[in-house]
Amino acid sequence: MTVQPTRTDIPARTAAVISEYRGLEGPLLPILHGLQEEFGYVPQESYQVIADTLNLSRAEVFGVVSFYHDFRKAPAGRHVLKLCQAEACQSMGSDKVAAKIKQLLGIDFHETASDGSVTLEPVYCLGLCACSPSAMLDGELIGRVGDDEIGEMLEVIRT
Amino acid sequence: MSLVHEIDYGTPASLSEKTVTLTVDGKQITVPEGTSIMRAAMDGGVEIPKLCATDMLDSYGSCRICLVEIEGRGGTPASCTTPAMEGMVVHTQTERLQAIRKGVMELYVSDHPIGHDIEAGTGASEFDKTIKQVGLTEVRYDMHGRNHVIAQNGAINPDFVEKDESNPYFTFDSSQCIVCSRCVRACEEVQGTFALTIEGRGFEARVRSGAAEPFLESECVSCGACVQACPTDALREKSVLEKGMPTSSEITTCAYCGVGCSFKAEMQGEEVIRMVPYKDGKANRGHSCVKGRFAWTYATHRDRILNPMVREKISDPWREVSWDEAISHIANEFRRIQDKYGRSSIGGITSSRCTNEETFLVQKLVRQVMGNNNVDTCARVCHSPTGYGLKSTFGTSAGTQDFDSVEHTDTVLIIGANPTDGHPVFASRLKKRLRQGARLIVIDPRRTDIVRSPHIQADYHLPLRPGTNVAVITAMAHVIVTEGLFNEQFIRERCDWSEFEDYAEFVSEKRHSPEEVEKLSGVPADLIRNAARLYARGGNSAIYYGLGVTEHSQGSTTVIAIANIAMLTGNIGRPGVGVNPLRGQNNVQGSCDMGSFPHEFPGYRHISDDATRSVYESLWGVTLDEEPGLRIPNMLDAAVDGSFKGLYVQGEDILQSDPNTQHVAAGLEAMECVVVHDLFLNETANYAHVFLPGSTFLEKDGTFTNSERRINRVRKVMAPKNGYADWEITQLMARAMGFDWNYTHPTEIMDEIAATTPSFAGVNYDLLEREGSVQWPCNEKAPLGTPVMHIGGFVRGKGKLIRTEYVATDEKTGPRFPLLLTTGRILSQYNVGAQTRRTENVHWHEEDRLEIHPHDAEDRGIRDGDWVRIKSRAGETTLRALITDRVATGVVYTTFHHPDTQANVVTTDYSDWATNCPEYKVTAVQVGPSNGPSDWQEEYDALARRNRRISGRLEAAE
Repeated sequence: MTVQPTRTDIPARTAAVISEYRGLEGPLLPILHGLQEEFGYVPQESYQVIADTLNLSRAEVFGVVSFYHDFRKAPAGRHVLKLCQAEACQSMGSDKVAAKIKQLLGIDFHETASDGSVTLEPVYCLGLCACSPSAMLDGELIGRVGDDEIGEMLEVIRT
Repeated sequence: MSLVHEIDYGTPASLSEKTVTLTVDGKQITVPEGTSIMRAAMDGGVEIPKLCATDMLDSYGSCRICLVEIEGRGGTPASCTTPAMEGMVVHTQTERLQAIRKGVMELYVSDHPIGHDIEAGTGASEFDKTIKQVGLTEVRYDMHGRNHVIAQNGAINPDFVEKDESNPYFTFDSSQCIVCSRCVRACEEVQGTFALTIEGRGFEARVRSGAAEPFLESECVSCGACVQACPTDALREKSVLEKGMPTSSEITTCAYCGVGCSFKAEMQGEEVIRMVPYKDGKANRGHSCVKGRFAWTYATHRDRILNPMVREKISDPWREVSWDEAISHIANEFRRIQDKYGRSSIGGITSSRCTNEETFLVQKLVRQVMGNNNVDTCARVCHSPTGYGLKSTFGTSAGTQDFDSVEHTDTVLIIGANPTDGHPVFASRLKKRLRQGARLIVIDPRRTDIVRSPHIQADYHLPLRPGTNVAVITAMAHVIVTEGLFNEQFIRERCDWSEFEDYAEFVSEKRHSPEEVEKLSGVPADLIRNAARLYARGGNSAIYYGLGVTEHSQGSTTVIAIANIAMLTGNIGRPGVGVNPLRGQNNVQGSCDMGSFPHEFPGYRHISDDATRSVYESLWGVTLDEEPGLRIPNMLDAAVDGSFKGLYVQGEDILQSDPNTQHVAAGLEAMECVVVHDLFLNETANYAHVFLPGSTFLEKDGTFTNSERRINRVRKVMAPKNGYADWEITQLMARAMGFDWNYTHPTEIMDEIAATTPSFAGVNYDLLEREGSVQWPCNEKAPLGTPVMHIGGFVRGKGKLIRTEYVATDEKTGPRFPLLLTTGRILSQYNVGAQTRRTENVHWHEEDRLEIHPHDAEDRGIRDGDWVRIKSRAGETTLRALITDRVATGVVYTTFHHPDTQANVVTTDYSDWATNCPEYKVTAVQVGPSNGPSDWQEEYDALARRNRRISGRLEAAE
C-alpha cells in the first residue's frame, strides 16, 4: 500500500531516486519511472528537484511528465485496472466489458473509487490482441475478459 | 510616419559562402547553400504562407501551411524544412497546394474560439493574415473545440484554461493558441530560459508556463520573445489589447543598459503603444529584456516633474517657476558664486543616461562657459578603471569587440559580471553560444545564474573572496607563463619582448602561484590552474567583465591584469576573442567618449595637450584651462571644505549611487546652488536649489554609444512633456551665461564632435541613417566604423604588459565586521530604480534583500525574511534577509535599487588608486537581527518628505 508522503520528505526521497539513475544516458524517463514506483505517482514537489539536478527547467520536466499518460500526478487507488480499448479489443467487445465494470465500480475511466480501492484506466493495446478483450490488473495481464474474469477481478479489488 | 515593416523570411539566414540557384514560381533566385526554400522564395519576393515558422527561430515544420511542390519530387514538402538545391524548380501556388492549405487552415480555425469571419483579438495577427492569404472563406466545422469554451453541453469543461493575466505586461489566452510552439521555441532558442513547454499531446496539447503555473509564478523572465513570436493573439501585450494596434513607428535605442538594443517604438499618434525589438538592430538582433520591452511607462508616470522649480534654501518648499526664471536664476547664481569664490568653485556632472550630444554640451558648458574643467560623470563610479586600464595596455578606452563576436567564441571568461541580470540580451546571445558547446569560466564571489541555469553550466566557477581579483588573475598568468601556455609569436609581433620578460619574471614568482593565492582568495589552486589552462588553450577565448572588476581599490590593476592575460594568449584582434567591459548604462561609453572626465577632452585626449586644446580654443573662442578639474569625490570634499559652491547635475542621482551617502549629503548641503536636471525628484534633489525637469529618450533626437562602441540613433517620437529636450536646456543655460550657442538640432552637435574628435571624424546623421549604426573609430581609415579593434596592431603601437602587484584593500574584516558585503543588480530593476520602480516591474522585486549563507544566518539567529541590520565602519541600514547558498560563507550580497534601503550608507570611502572609482564591491560588515529601519533611514525619510514639498500642491499620499 502506498502511504501518502508528507510534503517535507518528498524532495529528500526524490533526490534518493535521482541519484540511482542520474548516471544513465537520458536519465529523465528512468527517474520519472523510479519516482512513480517510489510514490505511486510523480509528485509536483519533485519537478524542481529533478530540474535542478539535471539542469533543466521546471517547465521541461512538467512537459515530459504530462506527455506520458502513464505518469500520474496524484496517487492511484490500491489497485489499478487497465482495460484495453484499442481496435482488436473493441472488435471483441471491450466497450461492453468497460461499461459493465464502470457500472459495477461506480466510476468512469481515469477515476478512483471513493474508498480508494481501485483506479480505472483505458489503455491502447497491451500487445495481447490474440486474447482480446484484454485487461491488466496491478501489472498482471488478463486475456479473454468475460463475466468470470470480471468477477475474479472485482474480488481481488474488494479484498 | 508609418509602421516600419520588417520582412519575416521564415527561417534564419544561412552563413554558407557557396550559393545555389533555384527557380520559384518562374523566378530565378540565388541564395547561400543551406537556405530553406521558404527563405529563398521570400528573398525573391515570393511569400509562402506559414504559421509555425519565423526567421528568429530554427525551422520546425509542424504547421503544414507552407507546403510547396518541387518538380521531379513527389508529395508536398514543407518549404521551411526543405533546403534549396541547385536547379530546383519550385511551385508555391498550385491548385493542389491551395486546396491543402485551405483544408489545414480550416482545421486550425475550427480550433479557434471565434472563427474566421469575426476577427479574434486584435484582428491583425499573422493568423488573421494567413486566413486571408490562403483564401479561406468558410469553415465546415463548429468552433466549440474542447479547450476553448468554458462549458460543454452545459457542463463545466475541465479542459478550459482561464486567460492568464498574471504578467503585468501581457496576457496568455490559451483558447486562441494554435500550439505552433513558436513561443516555446523562442523561450528556448532566443531567450534561453526554457520557461515554456507543451503540456500533454494530441488534442490535449497546450502551451504552459512553468509546471502549469501562471506566467508570473513560472520561470518566465518576461523578455517578451514569446509575445513577439506568437502568430495569434494568444500572447499579446496588454497595452495593445487596451488601446488597439499601433499605427506608426520609429526605430530608436533603449535607454536602459549598455547593450543598447534597437527597438521599434510603435505608436498611435504621439502615444507609445509598445516597444518591439528591431531585428536589424546589430546589438540585439531582434531580442529584448523586460526593461526595454516593457518598462518604459515611467516616461508618462505621474511622479514626473514637468515644470522648473526653484527655492532659496533646501528646507523651503519648491516653487514652480517659468523656464526663463529658472534659467536666469541659475546663471545669476553661478556667476555670483564664481565672482565670490573663484572660477573653479562650480562644476557639472554629465549623465550616462543622456545622449552623446547632450553630454558633449554639458562638458562644453563647464569648459567653455564656466571656464574650468570641473566636469565628471557617473562612469567615475563604474568603469573609470576600464578607461585607465585599457588605455594603458591597448591604447584605447573601450571594449575590443562587437557583440556578434560571441558567435565565434570557443571559451568565455566572465569576471565580476552578472550578464543574465545586468545585460540580459547579451546574456541570451552568450547562452545560445554556450548551448552550442562553448566552454565557460566564471570568476565571481556569487553563484550567478550564468554559472548554472537550464542547459548552461560553467566548466569552472572560481568563487573568490571579494577584493582578490588581482591575485587570482595574476595567478592565472602565473600558470600561463610557467606552464608555457603563452603565445610567443603573438607577443613577439605585437608586444615588447623585454616587457614580456619582465612581466613573466614577475608572475612566475612563487607568491603568485595558485597554491599561494588560494590562501588569500579562497579559490582552490586546482580551479585556478584548470581555468588558466582552458582560457589559454580553449580556441578563441573572450573575456567579458563588469563592475565586479572595476569597483575595487585595485579596479584599474584588475583591468590591466585582464588585458595582460589576453595579450599573453594572443586573444586580441580577431572575431571571437577580446576584452569586453559590459557597460552599465545606455550611454556610459558615450559619456566617457564625449570628454566627461576632468582631465580629458572628447576622444580621450588629455587636457594638457596643446594641439587638442587649441582645436577647441579656436572653435569656442575662449582660452581653456589646462589643469585637470575636480572629480566627483573631490568636488564633494571641496564643498565640505567650503571652496566648491555650485553644481549642475544632469541625469544622475549621486546621493543614491555614490558611496558613503552621508558624506555626499554633507557635500551637497554645503553648496549654495545645486541644480538637478532629472525626470523625477530624485534623492539628490532633496539637496537642490533648482530643479530642471528633464526629457526621456522618447522625447529627443540624438545618439547613444553602447558597450561595443556602437553609435546608435535615438529618435524623437513625442514632444518633450517638460517643454525642452535636455540639450536645449543646457543650451539655454549657456546662453544665459553669455555664450551664443545656436544649435537647432542634435545633428549639428554631432557635426561639431566629428569635426573636433579624430575617432568620430566620419560620424554624421546621414551615415547613421544609411548604416543603422557604426562603431567608433569611424574616420577616413574606417569609414564604416570598426567592429573589432587592434587587428594587426594595437592602437598604442605595441601592447603593454604591466606588472600587477596585488595589494589587499584597507577595508578588512575583523571581529567587529566579520563579513564582506558586495553589491549588484537584479534583472527587473535598473540601478537606483528611479525608472523601473515607476513601472510594473516592481512585481518582480519589491525590495532589496540581503543574501546571506545559511551558516552565517544560523550563527546570528536570522531566519529567511527577517529584518536585519547591516553595519559597516561607515554606517548602517536595515533590510530583510534572504537565505541562500548562492553566496559563500563570509560573504553577503545585496542590490541597491530602492532608496529606502540606502545600501550606500554602508559602503566606504575607499576607492581605486588610479581613478577614484569607489570600492562598492567590498565592505566589511556585521549583520544582526533588527526590529526595523535604522535611525538614518527614519531621519532620511522625514527629510526626503520635507524636501519634496511643492508649494500650492498637497503632498502626494504615498
